[in-house]
Amino acid sequence: MTVINRLSTRRRGDEDVVERIPDWMPRNAADWLAMAFMVAIGMLTIMPIIWVMSTSLRTPAESFTVPPEWLPEDLYFGNYLQVFDEIPFVYQMGNSFFVTLSTVVGQLTTATLAGYTFARLYFPGRDALFWVVLATLMIPYQATLIPLFVIISKVFGLADTLWSLILPALPTAFGTFLLRQYFLQIPVEYEEAAMMDGANQFQIFRRVYLPMVAPGMAILAVLAFNGKWNDFLTPLIFMNTTSRFPITLGINDLQRYMMTGSISVVLAAIVMATLPVVIVYIFGQRYLIEGLMVGGLKG
Amino acid sequence: MASEATLGSGRRNWLPSWLAGDTVQGIRRQRMVLGILFLLPTLIGLILFVLGPIVVAVAMGFMKWNVFRPPEFVALKNFARLFQHDLVGNSFSNTFVMMAMTVGMLEVFAIALALSVHRFARSRLAYFFRTVWFLPVLLSGVSVAVTLSYMFHTDFGVVNYYLGVLGIDKVPWLVSSDVVRLSVSLATVWRNLGFTFIIYLGGVSALPQEILEAATVDGARGLKRLWLITLPLLSPTILFATVIDVIRLLQFFDEPYVMTRGGPGDSSRTAVMMVYDTAFANLEFGYASSISVVLFLIILAVTGFQFLLSKRWVFYQ
Repeated sequence: MTVINRLSTRRRGDEDVVERIPDWMPRNAADWLAMAFMVAIGMLTIMPIIWVMSTSLRTPAESFTVPPEWLPEDLYFGNYLQVFDEIPFVYQMGNSFFVTLSTVVGQLTTATLAGYTFARLYFPGRDALFWVVLATLMIPYQATLIPLFVIISKVFGLADTLWSLILPALPTAFGTFLLRQYFLQIPVEYEEAAMMDGANQFQIFRRVYLPMVAPGMAILAVLAFNGKWNDFLTPLIFMNTTSRFPITLGINDLQRYMMTGSISVVLAAIVMATLPVVIVYIFGQRYLIEGLMVGGLKG
Repeated sequence: MASEATLGSGRRNWLPSWLAGDTVQGIRRQRMVLGILFLLPTLIGLILFVLGPIVVAVAMGFMKWNVFRPPEFVALKNFARLFQHDLVGNSFSNTFVMMAMTVGMLEVFAIALALSVHRFARSRLAYFFRTVWFLPVLLSGVSVAVTLSYMFHTDFGVVNYYLGVLGIDKVPWLVSSDVVRLSVSLATVWRNLGFTFIIYLGGVSALPQEILEAATVDGARGLKRLWLITLPLLSPTILFATVIDVIRLLQFFDEPYVMTRGGPGDSSRTAVMMVYDTAFANLEFGYASSISVVLFLIILAVTGFQFLLSKRWVFYQ
């Protein structure tokens, strides 16, 4: 009797269970319902992705056939090659890489420095400035776009250059706030110990604190990479020359060229353009998902 | 003043004497100088690219400026014009309708997913699903819009094929002005669900187990427990996620722009699309700014309203 009670009320991960039920097994009706829902949403999530990949590997003539075939039969790589003929794909991927990596490095630099100041350094007026930085988080990006375009093109003369995409993205109120929280979590005792050893304030930042906020920097890096790589509206406004486009604009063009023609070529481009983000995500996902979960907690 | 009796690294000697770290004042000065230096890039950047532009945007809202001629002050004419401009009103109402549909679906599905996966917490299965649901977040709005507009094709699309198998007539997803807002919203939900889900997963993992178990012992089960115990405990996360999603979706652009270019007719034209077209197709920078300022004020008002309303339903322990 005790055993039955224990089985029905135990929590997952408890050690004192009699027989081991795998922790992924549904144990009651509600579990089964949850499982069915998870599988259904999982299918709806994954099916368009599978469709993109399998269609990108089919000959253009068959790309629109129904019923859809989920596994590609032909393994036709011609679509991938044709992408290079339709748009300056290599240039556009290169542009995306340059813009994205510069933005990531730039944001990591500005945000760690500013975040450290707000967490551990002090000068008069610092806290007032922190509120100013937080307030900029509430300004919607779209409202600043037109003046931003005027500033970039008329003041800096950078319209239609990759710098017009990088420079405005360097300061980041979000990243500053995120890294400030990470710096604050580190006990001050480390700093005191380093000061006893005669380290100056810059060395304390560089050698004591910086290594310890690496997880926060990883989150910022993945989010910045993802956001910048997928940015569409900014380059749509700032860029005119096709060979200077990032790949998001390239895909937009490709879709228009191919409107009713071969969609498999467009899908091949999408697969190739998404690969870098997937790779970055694979490396950063542990930090990212746990970091975002904590962000939710603090709300 | 720099003392020779350095304990740690000897690289301290390059510091000028007034910054030497062997006095309290010296340390304080070091921290001040470093703090100001460290803050400069972010501060200059934010002034140049965020604070400056928003001030200019407001100012431009009061001007007539179509690039070729110098700006001319017209007081409230732009604002008077936009309130009578049907297309502007139409784009704002489209934005609201699509935002409401998208946020509604996002929050309900994301909460359900977080609660479901929490039942299998710490298993490999939970990890697997978490990864799968997050995948669309990696795709660009353009890629998602292109892909789903193929799948939503009325005659050749995958979606209508499977609906046909179930005996449902072809739905004119992107060519009917009645359906198109739903289609664009579905595409947006597909791309963003993983992100909203992760936020809820954080909230759900932090739910106090003692209270939930006590409620179960007291006989709260099923939907009753969900409605009376779980959701109130989760309400701070619900507020956080909803506020973020509403702000983002009132500004959405990529999906509707690529899927429909605002059509058919103007039935899926959004507010930001209106700003974009007015500024960069019609070159009316002043008028476009006034529209973007109104959208900004609406976002502020909606967010403020959400926080005000939250006092009535958000439960802080």
